[in-house]
Amino acid sequence: MTNGRTSNQALPLPAWGIRLESRKVDSETGAIKKMPPPGELIVALKQNIGVPAETIVQPGERVLKGQPIAIASRWGLSVAVHAPTSGAVMAIEERPIPVAGGGTGESVIIEPDGKEERYAGYVAQMNSKRLPPPQIRNEIMEAGIVGMGGALFPTATKLNPGSGIQALILNGVECEPYISADNALLTERSDQVLRGAAIMLAALDCDECLVAVKADMAEAQAAVQAAIDALGDDRISLVVVPAFYPAGGERQLIELITGKEVQAGGLPWDVGVVCQNVGTAAAVAKFFDEGEPLISRIVTVTGDGVGTAANIEVMIGTPIVDLVEFAGGYTDDAAGLVMGGPMMGFSLPHDQLPVTKATNCILVAGQAELDPSVREMPCIRCGECARVCPAALMPQQLLALARGPDYEALESQGLQDCIQCGCCDYVCPSYIPLTSRFIEAKQGLWENHLVSQRSALALRRFDARGERLERRESDRSDELQRQVDEIGPAGEIDADALRQLKQRVKSKKPGDKT
Amino acid sequence: MVAGLLVMAFLSGLLGIVLVISARRLPADTMTVVDQVNGVLPHTQCGRCGYSGCRPYATAIAAGEADINQCPPGGDEVIVALSQLLGRPAKALDESFGLAGPPIVAVVDEDICIGCARCLDACPVDAILGAAKFTHTVIANECTGCELCIPACPVDCITVTENTSQLDARAAH
Repeated sequence: MTNGRTSNQALPLPAWGIRLESRKVDSETGAIKKMPPPGELIVALKQNIGVPAETIVQPGERVLKGQPIAIASRWGLSVAVHAPTSGAVMAIEERPIPVAGGGTGESVIIEPDGKEERYAGYVAQMNSKRLPPPQIRNEIMEAGIVGMGGALFPTATKLNPGSGIQALILNGVECEPYISADNALLTERSDQVLRGAAIMLAALDCDECLVAVKADMAEAQAAVQAAIDALGDDRISLVVVPAFYPAGGERQLIELITGKEVQAGGLPWDVGVVCQNVGTAAAVAKFFDEGEPLISRIVTVTGDGVGTAANIEVMIGTPIVDLVEFAGGYTDDAAGLVMGGPMMGFSLPHDQLPVTKATNCILVAGQAELDPSVREMPCIRCGECARVCPAALMPQQLLALARGPDYEALESQGLQDCIQCGCCDYVCPSYIPLTSRFIEAKQGLWENHLVSQRSALALRRFDARGERLERRESDRSDELQRQVDEIGPAGEIDADALRQLKQRVKSKKPGDKT
Repeated sequence: MVAGLLVMAFLSGLLGIVLVISARRLPADTMTVVDQVNGVLPHTQCGRCGYSGCRPYATAIAAGEADINQCPPGGDEVIVALSQLLGRPAKALDESFGLAGPPIVAVVDEDICIGCARCLDACPVDAILGAAKFTHTVIANECTGCELCIPACPVDCITVTENTSQLDARAAH
């Protein structure tokens, strides 16, 4: 990897992926708008695939802006949650949350009081870059910061790869059409992103940071370059990535920049790279500079179905209905809601769902933007899907195997490595919804794993029990043998004594007491 | 001509020696039909098939004494796998042995349990934790849902619920 790549040196085009018409213009223009607190905040305790956070507040309690309301559970991948503004906790109850396929999750309902009174527990730390790495990670954990690119993996965990990290890649590629939240962030707050980058470099004990921006994001490139020049930190450089989809996928981006492939089942650490979203870096800077944990994020609200498309800085927990209202409300054309981009997002059943830390885009689709009702036709084995697949899989093969489904073959063909980018759907001339089939098959594969794991465990326990019973039996016979040995061998039987004994027994009448 | 014959004779002799040695030294393929069938069964060890456990049932299947559709916890998946393995026609589960259903797990009502320890011996996988005069509990991850502990309990404190434990299978996404 070379240092100091500038915007003049573009990276080579990848062999995979597709070129998508950018639809970002709608929300790119205009500054990031800040939305005031809505009437009610629904803060979900389960923000990512991990275990829900554990509440530390009670209904009726008053909370301050930035105050922790739930702490990360120790059961893995859990993330702390803070009050986005000051107000009263109205309830802690099950509410619908935005997850693919729908579902509910325990949520803290807060009624903002509009005073925006700050919690005093967190303070700005000016010496952040000189803190020891473990302390930086603890603070990031405390601030509830997660990967804002969509997966919401706890950032502190990702910043703890051990030694040997050669580069930190800040992902500002945002390859989904329509979404421009990262673009707006880089254009307006590059300095904040770079301050976050410096803190992350300190946590990683690493000397190179590459800020990846897509080729068609000229304003963001200029802003990043200007911020780098202003900062005068020669560890940080800008790298321009071809405007290809999905160039912003973590593994794809690493391959594009370093030329190294992250192996199936491996992690970016294996090739000496840590990848973080630019929004995550901004959140880190915000916590260390201002003492504000992750309580808000930038959301792109766009599509033909919304009044004015815009990038809006919004509190976590804001109901989508209020967010759309703030963006000018629904137009007559509005036909559907999608969270995330059109390629990887999922449709929402209604607008009573809250914004989570993962929400980068709310797409209010117009009639024309929704999929036309095309009929799925048989696969003609044209191989287009294999050409575009960024994970180098053979989607047509996987599709045939998923019909069975033959889980063993699906696994050996690498179904697990599908990143669900939707490129194969996009190019398929037969309009086959391959990605949704793969998502289903992945679920099936996982359930299959569960069944075989259960049966293997049961077999192991059953065999162990068999051994235990055998051992108990042999211990018993050993003990018996020992007692016999102790008494000694049986001697000659005294015939006289035996006869006398028998007579005595006979002479006794039934009922006599002995 | 002669040289060719000699070379071929030498090579075949050499290969013959290699084969003899490897046949004697390498362990034989010990995976019997019983083992293969046993590997397909779900190992709940519930005995619903009419045999005392999964392995006896596997032995009976291999001997042709039992049919392949007598395992309710295995359901259709196990029947299909067995029919593929043995080349016997797949058929619907014989429901006289019980109904297929979602995986279940036993739960001890600790308010009722008297600590008699009788269920400990009934459990085929040692998944009940307890001792005489101490409240027992079921290790949910290790319970196979065989229901054999239920008749053993003198105070009927064991019930079954759907098993939602995920073990450590990593999420597929």
